[in-house]
Amino acid sequence: MISFLLNDKAVHIDASQADTTLLNYLREERKLSGTKEGCASGDCGACTVVVAHPNKQGSALEYRALNSCVTFLSAIQGKQLLTVEHLAEGETLHPVQAAMVDAHGSQCGFCTPGFVMSMFALYQKDNAPNREQINVALGGNLCRCTGYRPIIDAALNACTGAPSDKFSRNQHITLEQLAELDNSDSGLPALLMPKNRRELSVAIKENPDARLFAGSTDLALEVTQQLKSLPKLISLTEVDELQDIEETEDGLKIGAAVPFSKMETVLLKHFPALHELIERFASTPIRNQATLGGNVANASPIGDMPPALLALNAVIHVDNGSTKREINICEFFTGYRQTLLKQGEWIAGIYIPFLSAAAQVRAYKVSKRQEDDISAVCAVFNLTLDDNNIVQRLNTGFGGVAATPASDDALSDILVGKDWTLAETFEAGKNVLCQTFSPIDDVRASAEYRQTLLVNLFKRFWLQTNQHSQQIETRVHTYA
Amino acid sequence: MRKLIEQPFTSNPQGKVGKSHPHESAIRQVSGQARYVDDMPEPGNLQYAAVGTSPEASGIINHIDLTEVWASPGVIDVITVDDVPGHVDIAPVFDGDPIFAQGRVLFNGQAMFAVLADSTHHARQAALKAKIDITPTTACLSVSEAKQQDNFVRPPHFMHQGDFASAFAQSECTAQGHLSIGGQEHMYLEGQVSMAINDEEDRVLVYTSSQHPSEVQKLIAEVLGCKLNKVVVDMRRMGGGFGGKETQAAQWACIAALLAKRNQCAVKLRLPRMQDMIATGKRHPFENSYQVGFNQDGLITAAAIDINGNCGHSPDLSDAIVDRAMFHCDNGYYLENVNVAGHRCRTNQVSHTAYRGFGGPQGMIMAEVMMDAIARKVGKDPLTVRKLNLYGENERNLTPYGMTVEHNLLGDLIDRLETSSDYWARRESITQFNKTSPIVKKGLALTPVKFGISFTAKHLNQAGALLHVYTDGSMQINHGGTEMGQGLHTKIGQIVANEFGISLHDVEVTATRTDKVPNTSPTAASSGTDLNGKAAQNACIIVKQRLAEFYAEQIDDNALSADDVVFSDNRVTLAEHSIDFVQLVQDAYIGRVSLSSTGFYKTPKIHYDRSTGNGRPFFYFAYGASVSEVTVDTLTGEYKVERVDILHDVGRSLNPAIDIGQIEGGFIQGMGWLTTEDLKWDNKGRLISNNPATYKIPAIGDTPEVFNVDLYPRDNDEDSIYHSKAVGEPPFMLANSVWCAIKDAISSLTDYKVDPPLPAPATPEAVLKCITALENGLFSDKVS
Repeated sequence: MISFLLNDKAVHIDASQADTTLLNYLREERKLSGTKEGCASGDCGACTVVVAHPNKQGSALEYRALNSCVTFLSAIQGKQLLTVEHLAEGETLHPVQAAMVDAHGSQCGFCTPGFVMSMFALYQKDNAPNREQINVALGGNLCRCTGYRPIIDAALNACTGAPSDKFSRNQHITLEQLAELDNSDSGLPALLMPKNRRELSVAIKENPDARLFAGSTDLALEVTQQLKSLPKLISLTEVDELQDIEETEDGLKIGAAVPFSKMETVLLKHFPALHELIERFASTPIRNQATLGGNVANASPIGDMPPALLALNAVIHVDNGSTKREINICEFFTGYRQTLLKQGEWIAGIYIPFLSAAAQVRAYKVSKRQEDDISAVCAVFNLTLDDNNIVQRLNTGFGGVAATPASDDALSDILVGKDWTLAETFEAGKNVLCQTFSPIDDVRASAEYRQTLLVNLFKRFWLQTNQHSQQIETRVHTYA
Repeated sequence: MRKLIEQPFTSNPQGKVGKSHPHESAIRQVSGQARYVDDMPEPGNLQYAAVGTSPEASGIINHIDLTEVWASPGVIDVITVDDVPGHVDIAPVFDGDPIFAQGRVLFNGQAMFAVLADSTHHARQAALKAKIDITPTTACLSVSEAKQQDNFVRPPHFMHQGDFASAFAQSECTAQGHLSIGGQEHMYLEGQVSMAINDEEDRVLVYTSSQHPSEVQKLIAEVLGCKLNKVVVDMRRMGGGFGGKETQAAQWACIAALLAKRNQCAVKLRLPRMQDMIATGKRHPFENSYQVGFNQDGLITAAAIDINGNCGHSPDLSDAIVDRAMFHCDNGYYLENVNVAGHRCRTNQVSHTAYRGFGGPQGMIMAEVMMDAIARKVGKDPLTVRKLNLYGENERNLTPYGMTVEHNLLGDLIDRLETSSDYWARRESITQFNKTSPIVKKGLALTPVKFGISFTAKHLNQAGALLHVYTDGSMQINHGGTEMGQGLHTKIGQIVANEFGISLHDVEVTATRTDKVPNTSPTAASSGTDLNGKAAQNACIIVKQRLAEFYAEQIDDNALSADDVVFSDNRVTLAEHSIDFVQLVQDAYIGRVSLSSTGFYKTPKIHYDRSTGNGRPFFYFAYGASVSEVTVDTLTGEYKVERVDILHDVGRSLNPAIDIGQIEGGFIQGMGWLTTEDLKWDNKGRLISNNPATYKIPAIGDTPEVFNVDLYPRDNDEDSIYHSKAVGEPPFMLANSVWCAIKDAISSLTDYKVDPPLPAPATPEAVLKCITALENGLFSDKVS
């Protein structure tokens, strides 16, 4: 059974297909047509809903915007699902709705419910967001009519500090309602929700054909875009052991099922250079669902995090319920969307060793659009120099240039021992980079452009990490 | 006698034109209550349709094996072209658009059959199971191939003025160039959708997301083989149109109607996004070139512009679209000796169609390309060259198609924008910045817009309205225009409220329906408010006249005339006499006065003789100008639009907030077309940028942080509705300044001596390629 609050009413689902999306559930089964389908692929935000769940202490609710088109029902177990129809109080619009009307933020109105819900989630954060934070919160919502300026104004006008709406007033009631929901028997016959390592391993053994998923943001595309049926699914989102974030003395271990938005803060605390990659990883609703484990397990050559993990020498912790093993990320990807994971195994977590004080890291992503786009090329460099600017170590990770995310060991080999400040060092590196990869032509970029980017991003890194050139502006977009 | 409604007289303030009333549906939209076709309550007997499409771009159909489609779960019916009882061709103007492929396939993604099933998912799954046997034939996939083969969907068309050949031969300087201009996916957030409900006997009611309900009605009647009076098309609102639902909505409505009649049930057909992108036409890609002669000041003496639209496989609206490109290749500049040639190239792509600007953008950009090229050759700032070449106010004011440019506002408008945007000081600081910044370069450009308003097909410049005044003083206004977000209904409501002097709350603009106002034109060509506003006003004037005459009769004072009756602030006044509006309506009803009227309007003054390429195709021009500043990363080709200043002419604004919304939205959409929106087809003619993951329209972070938009304060000199001007399309082309600013930044690499060969869209990849080409040509190695 899946138990949740649909707006303010408790709902229990006993039977449903495993691959029913939240959007289809709302529109087709509940006839709640305020939530729209724009693309059914998590790229436009028209279907955005908000899920509220108690914080760790159980003292307050946290609100997260989701793309309901790429979310399965397991995501709402034990939570409150909020839709656009529920925000107003009678005739009185919610502050974000009123602000959208006042700022003339809707034209055709089809994207509007999605914007309202993303803005509602932002409103619930106890702060007054600036323009940049608004862009981040609403970057997954496309509007084709307004040009966004009035929507930005609406967010600036509505989100001004501590929330003051019926949701903040009724928070204690909602918390009680959530506490009363039956959490003992979560999941459906076809949509399994094991609660721990043991249950997960049993579920996999009993259902060898079932697909594993955490955020579902990629897997759901097989249903909505390829029209496949996924008769049996196993959700990792309730598995206790996969939820932890551990800061040890020498590194960070991130549970495989931790959504991006929950690990961003701690990840950036230790690896601030990843800011651009994190902020530009899909969109806020996707980051609220998607996990590092999923991004690694997918093994896509254009995933944004594997290049960073390669450059940072991460270690993948793999489990099958009885045996755990650790795989260095540089060995993990074996071919196009292929990994060393065996049948019955799952990724338990990802360990990233802390950097030495001397390490200089930069992470770059180039795509057509800044927000919510997939890399043409992603490049991450991790350089250590000695006091005389001699290269001690250079680890790299690249995306979009080969069948898998890849490092360039030859680059490292040629540069270690060289004086980083010399132009000839750059030239030596450039020559290696020109030969390491044979990127492909596709819809996002030509092979030629990718090849040029490899070299030019290396040049940007070289300029940024050399005293003689640090004053040269090399970016048109900046990331705090 | 029936009792009249009793209610307190309204105290709501009078609705007026000129005020920034919120969009009429804003509250419904933000609360999820605004209904689109897919949100309508479903009839009990509703079934769901899906379409199966061609896997080839060109070929002969040998056989379509539908056995497995029929056997797929939930399938109720499957139809092909052989099951169409009436017309097969659903083309809007010239033949060439079969509802389903007939004998051969003309593009990858062409509809070949449709499935009806008990759910959308079942219908779509079944549609994948056909076994289609096609013998491929050679596909024509480019404008250059089509042109070599004289493969045109319509004959070429020419316009000329003066004597290009001798003027060009005598020109002090010359330049020439070629520009590839990408198309554009509409990416309306609500995809194509229709719901057909079989009615009694042979009648059918169709809800559809269409900009052209009357055409949908006509085409449904034709495919069903019935009279137009059997078909009702209803359209309350679209989730965006932009031209993509002018002709391209009809096919899906026709298929739904066919299935509904065959199966005696209600049918909904909603295209999934990817199929929507593959199977419906886009903005035409163009391949244009120019030759221009000019003097050493940069004044144009001769120009020849060759315009080549990629029309796809059929004419659709391409004749008028390429015409409009030709009409706008002068933009705001006087071309004394000019030849314009327009070709409509046939390719095996989806038939390209209307899109905001309707070919105007692809023509207008040529004028700006010439300005940049001239400026670099004569070593002047492009703005100086632009100003030098503007149409005069009383001379140098004849267009290449023989229309005199009257009431030209561009000179003054540009002067004001130049000052308000601080153009020259910024130019100076940008030049300085570029000298000291080796990697990041800044660019600046000011470009004008002059856009002709009217359908160039004269007969479309007419509109109807239907006004009902009820006995509580509330009103329903219906008109031929459709609401796609542009605020048309809001403006029409304001016009009616303004005419009667009543509150906007008392005016309801109802769904566009072919049984209320017949024979309507598409809501297109920016004409929605101009045409339908005048028609609605006409209906108001007729009813007001009846009320005024009735009231004058009641007053019964020979000194007072009905002509002096004033409707304002919820009251009706004649000299010292005054009555509450609702009271007068009730009295008039009792007095047996008709409280309902149609209204009608046709645009005056316009004519165009296509055989001579001469006439006055436009009632008036709308003007505007914009200044954009960009920053370009010469290592990656990435860029950022830092600041935009716009001054735009909407005449006397009916609703400033809505007009500014159109300007900002149009600008950003135009910016998308020229920057990140990159349509790509593979060498088999398959669209590979076929979903929003691979086709990138501007997102929120692309909106410039400094975005100053002002309305130019001047009434329309022509007698348009309250002397306002059309605003839907013209602002789209303000985005030319972004593209020109990117070129300006790149040009700085050559100390502004070379006009960079940048195509549109200027994706980061295209920008870097352009930079690399310049560097390879002019520098040995700039890397270290």
